[in-house]
Amino acid sequence: MRNALREIALPIGALAAALLVFGALVWLAGVDPFDMAWLLFKGAFGDAFSWQNTLQRAAPLMLTALCVALPAQAGLVVIGGEGALVLGGLACAAAATQLPLPANLAGSVLACVAGALAGALWVMLAGALRQVRGINETISSLLLAYVAIGLFKHLVEGPLRDPASLNKPSTLSLPEGLRIGGIAGSDVHWGLVLGVLACLLLGGWLRLTASGFALRVVGGNLRTAQLMGLPATRLVLLACALGGACAGLAGAVEVAAVHTNANASLIAAYGYAGILVSFIARHQPLAIVPVAILFGGFGAAGSLLQRRLGLPDASVLVLQGLTFVFILASEALRQGDPAARWRRLWPARAALKESSP
Amino acid sequence: MSADQWITLLAAIVGGALRVGAPFLFVSLGECLTEKSGRINLGLEGVLVLSAMASFGGAYLSDSPWVGVLCGALAGAALASLHAGLCSLPGVNDVATGIALMLLGTGLAFYLGKPLIQPQAPQLPALALGQWSSSPAVQAALQVNALLPLGLVLAGLMSWAFANTRMGLLVRLAGDSADAARALGYSVGGIRWAATAGGGLIAGLGGASLTLFYPGSWNEGISSGQGLIAVALVIFARWSPLRCVGAAALFGGAGAVGPALQSVGIGWGYHLFNTVPYGLTLLILVITCRPGSVAAGSPGELSSR
Repeated sequence: MRNALREIALPIGALAAALLVFGALVWLAGVDPFDMAWLLFKGAFGDAFSWQNTLQRAAPLMLTALCVALPAQAGLVVIGGEGALVLGGLACAAAATQLPLPANLAGSVLACVAGALAGALWVMLAGALRQVRGINETISSLLLAYVAIGLFKHLVEGPLRDPASLNKPSTLSLPEGLRIGGIAGSDVHWGLVLGVLACLLLGGWLRLTASGFALRVVGGNLRTAQLMGLPATRLVLLACALGGACAGLAGAVEVAAVHTNANASLIAAYGYAGILVSFIARHQPLAIVPVAILFGGFGAAGSLLQRRLGLPDASVLVLQGLTFVFILASEALRQGDPAARWRRLWPARAALKESSP
Repeated sequence: MSADQWITLLAAIVGGALRVGAPFLFVSLGECLTEKSGRINLGLEGVLVLSAMASFGGAYLSDSPWVGVLCGALAGAALASLHAGLCSLPGVNDVATGIALMLLGTGLAFYLGKPLIQPQAPQLPALALGQWSSSPAVQAALQVNALLPLGLVLAGLMSWAFANTRMGLLVRLAGDSADAARALGYSVGGIRWAATAGGGLIAGLGGASLTLFYPGSWNEGISSGQGLIAVALVIFARWSPLRCVGAAALFGGAGAVGPALQSVGIGWGYHLFNTVPYGLTLLILVITCRPGSVAAGSPGELSSR
């Protein structure tokens, strides 16, 4: 019970501390921090319109967070989800415009599968480099993300460019029949359902199946896993492939539901925000859903802060960074028994209390 | 291509290696110092961007590029100290902290640097080393960043200090065996704090080279992973400050290929050529890393090798 309380209280405390520091920062810029907090809430969860905006942003965050969480369960820190997302979007656009896909649900599914496949292969490459050559996957995945972005720009501005797109190089638009529409006429597209489903299914897989358990053993203690004879390399690659597929799917859905073609707007740092979401959710797929909605809300409120209070658009980035720092700092409070730490901090006072009858 | 075009291309690549290599040199020296003490700082990417903004802002407000350089170095040291402070808490992982500071540093830089995108700041003077040549392309290429000699001296100094001074040996001791340092009565946390903050200070000079020399302006795309490439570069240089110089020149040259080709009129594959440094880094990691074995020169306490 006490542990459960701590699991909830620590992230909320860290978030509150981040908001406090952020409030001080905007106060220095001459903005009333209470106005800021109210607008942050209003822009994220204030009315139906902001909820739609929030959920629309939460969908890719859930999927890119899974790209961090699944490898993390296998003991890897992969931070190149942005690359998988970008290539996923590109593969989806390329498949939908260059291949004769049927203009119906099956065609949409195929285009999304192409995106997921591209993402899976990209992140698997980082996993394979680690397993085969012992290369730090954190560095290699991020370098691969920069390569992916270069490749994306090259193809979108070159071979795949729609000649009619003058100012903003883009690929051809997806045919009407392949696009992903809103749920029940709203702006919230089916990507949200895919994101929640992926979190539920992968969370269930990790908790309930033998292969999911084996993956967590590999992540928890590689030596034990080897002694048990688990196929560590195969499990690590599987985790990377599934995570990459999620990020690739995020890109594909963004293209098919939001942008309708692949262009530079796709590079919107969802991959990096997903790292933060996954760390706050402690790499637990089920916890990713609420955290992604919260950070989708911050993203949605960002434009309101910019419009109403004149804060720079990077405000949300600062808030994200602060939250990340406080979340990590709160890890220190997780260590050991809080009462013991209290006694360590105030040895004299604790001794006094214990000696008095 | 004609002979003139070849000279232009080569001059552009060499010039690029000197211009683009300078920030690489400072960031890799900073990372080298930090890693020698047994800690990895992935947050140097954030340090680089924040110090680039601080340098530009300082130079703009004070009208002196050297005040800007000082501001950049101090901003770098401040953010790196935050990294050191967080990592010294129990149960806090240095890789995760680095990622957090990457986000925070970039965020803060974009937030505070919003008003600095338009104006022009006074630039660092260039050392004209190309006077011997009559070719304007060569002369332009050898306009060298005034901070670059400082970086070269620093590399030599660090290399000497790691082998010959008490401070240098202490940093290496903390990096190779924290227990031994503790047994001798030194505070490992304190040494690492100093090495991380010092690394941030040096990396901050790299940020200053970005906004006060080349490209010479502040915008939100000022750095795209140079800070992280530097981490890989230190592995490639096998934790030796002198080898960092060669590595930085190589990476600077690789980064200059795209713009150099564009300068002789080859626009094809501009974005592809810009990915060369990342591909080169990966290739070097593939060649130098071996599974199950520790790279030569690697500090023993490094959590992420």
